[in-house]
Amino acid sequence: MRISVNVNGTEYSREVEPRLLLIHFLRDDLRLTGSHWGCDTSNCGACVVWLDDTPVKSCTVLSAMADGHRVRTVEGLERDGVLDPVQQGFAECHGLQCGFCTPGMMLTARWLLDHNPDPSPAQIREALSGQICRCTGYENIVRSVLWASEHGASDHRANDHQAGDHGESA
Amino acid sequence: MTDGGYGPVRRKEDARFIRGKGTFVDDIQLPGMLHGAILRSPLAHARIVSIDTTAAEGHPKVNAVITGQMLEDRKLAWMPTLSRDIQAVLATDKVRFQGQEVAFVVAEDRYSARDALELISVEYEPLPVVIDATKALDPGAPVIRDDLEGKQDNHVFDWAAGDKVATDAIFAAADVVVAQDMLYPRSHPAPLETCGTVADMDTVSGKLTVWSTSQAPHAHRTLYAMITGFPEHKIRIVSPDIGGGFGNKVPIYPGYICAVVGSIVTGRPVKWVEDRSENLMSTSFARDYHMHGEIAATKDGRILGLRARVLADHGAFNGAAQPSKFPAGFFHIFTGSYDLRAAHCEVTGVYTNKAPGGVAYACSFRVTEAVYLVERLVDVLALELEMDPAELRLKNLLRPEQFPYTTPTGWEYDSGDYAHTLKVALDIAGYADLRREQAEKRERGECMGIGLSFFTEGVGAGPRKHMDILGLGMADGADLRVYPTGKAVLAISVQTQGQGHETTFAQIVAQELGISPDDVEVVHGDTDRTPFGLGTYGSRSTPVSGAATAIVARKVRERARIVAAAMLEASADDLEWDNGRWQVRGDPEQGRNIAEIAMAAHSSLELPEGVEGHLDAETVYNPPSLTHPYGAYICVADVDPGTGQVSVRRFIAVDDCGVRINPMIVEGQVHGGLADGIGMALMQVIAFDEDGNCLGGSFMDYLLPTSVECPSWELGETVTPCPHHPIGAKGVGESATVGSPPTVVNAVMDALKPYGVRHADMPLTPANVWSAIQGHCLRTDLAIT
Repeated sequence: MRISVNVNGTEYSREVEPRLLLIHFLRDDLRLTGSHWGCDTSNCGACVVWLDDTPVKSCTVLSAMADGHRVRTVEGLERDGVLDPVQQGFAECHGLQCGFCTPGMMLTARWLLDHNPDPSPAQIREALSGQICRCTGYENIVRSVLWASEHGASDHRANDHQAGDHGESA
Repeated sequence: MTDGGYGPVRRKEDARFIRGKGTFVDDIQLPGMLHGAILRSPLAHARIVSIDTTAAEGHPKVNAVITGQMLEDRKLAWMPTLSRDIQAVLATDKVRFQGQEVAFVVAEDRYSARDALELISVEYEPLPVVIDATKALDPGAPVIRDDLEGKQDNHVFDWAAGDKVATDAIFAAADVVVAQDMLYPRSHPAPLETCGTVADMDTVSGKLTVWSTSQAPHAHRTLYAMITGFPEHKIRIVSPDIGGGFGNKVPIYPGYICAVVGSIVTGRPVKWVEDRSENLMSTSFARDYHMHGEIAATKDGRILGLRARVLADHGAFNGAAQPSKFPAGFFHIFTGSYDLRAAHCEVTGVYTNKAPGGVAYACSFRVTEAVYLVERLVDVLALELEMDPAELRLKNLLRPEQFPYTTPTGWEYDSGDYAHTLKVALDIAGYADLRREQAEKRERGECMGIGLSFFTEGVGAGPRKHMDILGLGMADGADLRVYPTGKAVLAISVQTQGQGHETTFAQIVAQELGISPDDVEVVHGDTDRTPFGLGTYGSRSTPVSGAATAIVARKVRERARIVAAAMLEASADDLEWDNGRWQVRGDPEQGRNIAEIAMAAHSSLELPEGVEGHLDAETVYNPPSLTHPYGAYICVADVDPGTGQVSVRRFIAVDDCGVRINPMIVEGQVHGGLADGIGMALMQVIAFDEDGNCLGGSFMDYLLPTSVECPSWELGETVTPCPHHPIGAKGVGESATVGSPPTVVNAVMDALKPYGVRHADMPLTPANVWSAIQGHCLRTDLAIT
């Protein structure tokens, strides 16, 4: 079947098997390998991306379900060469070690800050509780999100990231 | 920056990871690449009657189907393990654990490879299983390893350390002897990235390139040469970005070999990446130690002796990754941090119908189990003597003047001020106030527990004369090249899986040469570009490769001294190193920094006879001894006696890992290990049912701690430099994973004290805690039936 998905502002049209998972569509078909696959059961959150305006675990979303929708991945956080404060926060506060969970963590954090610009540590922990990090013990991830909330995260709301309607280049 | 490379430098690695630009194994896509998938055994023990691959071979997108028989024809059906056992790559005679590799499909895409697995027909003849390790040596138990000539039982090894006679004498005469059985249940490291490989056999050049999730690329290259018979120089192992290791990525797995064979058979690159269930069910597990411990003491709380008997479940193949002479790893460090007169331990290893492995998971070669045993025993003794556990520990910890100290089982601890570190932890915790709060809560029927532990590790394996893996001495090399403009490239043999080597090792060079860490590029993870060494595990990167890095930088600095002398027309003996420069003693205006010297070293400057140009050096570091990081941990937990739910409210960790190169990274390492402690103590277990079905085969069954189970960690530090390490560092990667589980368990047992509970095994799930309150403990390694 043919699907058309707007990923990070770029329209992609592809012929796919109906069973193809969104994470594999992003990684294997579009070669956007920043989103990771970790568990198959929606437990780890390494595959979190946004479907329209909501974080989803893309290992349990069919790519066909994204047809006609917008997807935002870690590759879409940086805009015009400027890092999102969430990205800066993770680097500033040692919020990552191996980096495998990081894209999913950042996308959920970005969503949280869009809806709650000044979250408490407990609210951050609650927001990230569907995702697993094996390296950091979460402490520095919480600090990273707090850093972002204190450094202009609310100015980087994601309202126009997907607005671009330019087609796929090349 | 002229000096002071140490400090909380932000990580170089992060720039790519925060942008989603890392390169993990599954991110690698080569032209013409095929995908592999493994057919696994649904049964824990069965004879293979027949395998029919006809239908799979007829699948339009399948390129090859490989079976054990085909591997046997190439003499590749079995491979050596890191413990000198052998392990089936693809089963030929029997399957010996659920999830064992039976056949390998190579297809055009990953979905087709999986589809074709369904088309393979295997007829099994089920055999009785051995699941309960305590019954593995029973007369008449099914023999799992009948592939080993003459094997009549499931015995793997017997091993002992210490002085049995002296220990028994101490116990016979002691005022107080307390015994406790305890299980350190089977767990799994579960890095978020599963294991995988991309194998590319270039049939023209004869070169095999393997991108692999490897913590030890050089050791893997040697192993591939041993397994396949390929010449070692025609093998290149690349370990790219690795999504966590924790020991899981030390061994070579059957899937890697299958991918290599797949590439040879098809003439195209083959990628194999396991799924989460495959990772949990078939790759290296950890722990699985059934322990009986005894502690002897005077009635006023002076600990005199320890003894332990351990039954070690090694699964179907002994794939434990540890120095060859130590089949139970470093378990004999079980005397811990205490001043004892005698100790003795015996460990017996057995085969069971479970996944192979035996050490993995940030355990410092079984120090985890050792620390758990002694720290639980000390708490049980405190209960028996009605002493405060902090007071009992302070009474028995080794004193600074006793170092260097040789333990009753032969370890030499080099340095430490243990009581000071424990007191720092007690101060941060506000220990006296916590005890008052606990007393008040007990009055009200609330269950609050305060748990302590103190650990000493032996890491940085290790001295060559004692330690090797498959005959390979545990040394590591380092090459350092300073280019004409003063920028440096360091090549090291260890590999980062998140520890931040690209930053920390650059800082070591920066510190030694007086340049900025930004001016040092660290190359690692590629056997074609780095010197030989045994890799990253057992907290050995900083103790071994960190030392190699400091030494190679000092060699460069000494070479720079000769060049500087020529530049300054002075005698090298008259120069001193100060503030990042070689300068004439007494005339600091006359000096040259490394960048200036580097340019001169590559120039036409005339150098003394016999002095080569350029500014390069290489070294191999053979550790003279292990390093001994230690720490004091305190956990505060609340237990709901109605549900058995445990909530960890506070966790205080004071680590002494010697000199901290990058304190930010050190603290991050500790944080991660503390979360492991929450997980292992409260959540994580790989259990089996009576038929050998694995009950921990997904993240829905194998529970890992999330952000809501973990408290905000409270860290402290003391610094006792390691006297024999060039920069005084000791390693920290596994300290918290070692030290935290007994701390949490001790806290929960302390909370349950009013209920008369002395011990319950990990994981302390609500059901387990509730059962303990009711007076009966669960066998957490077996299914609840």
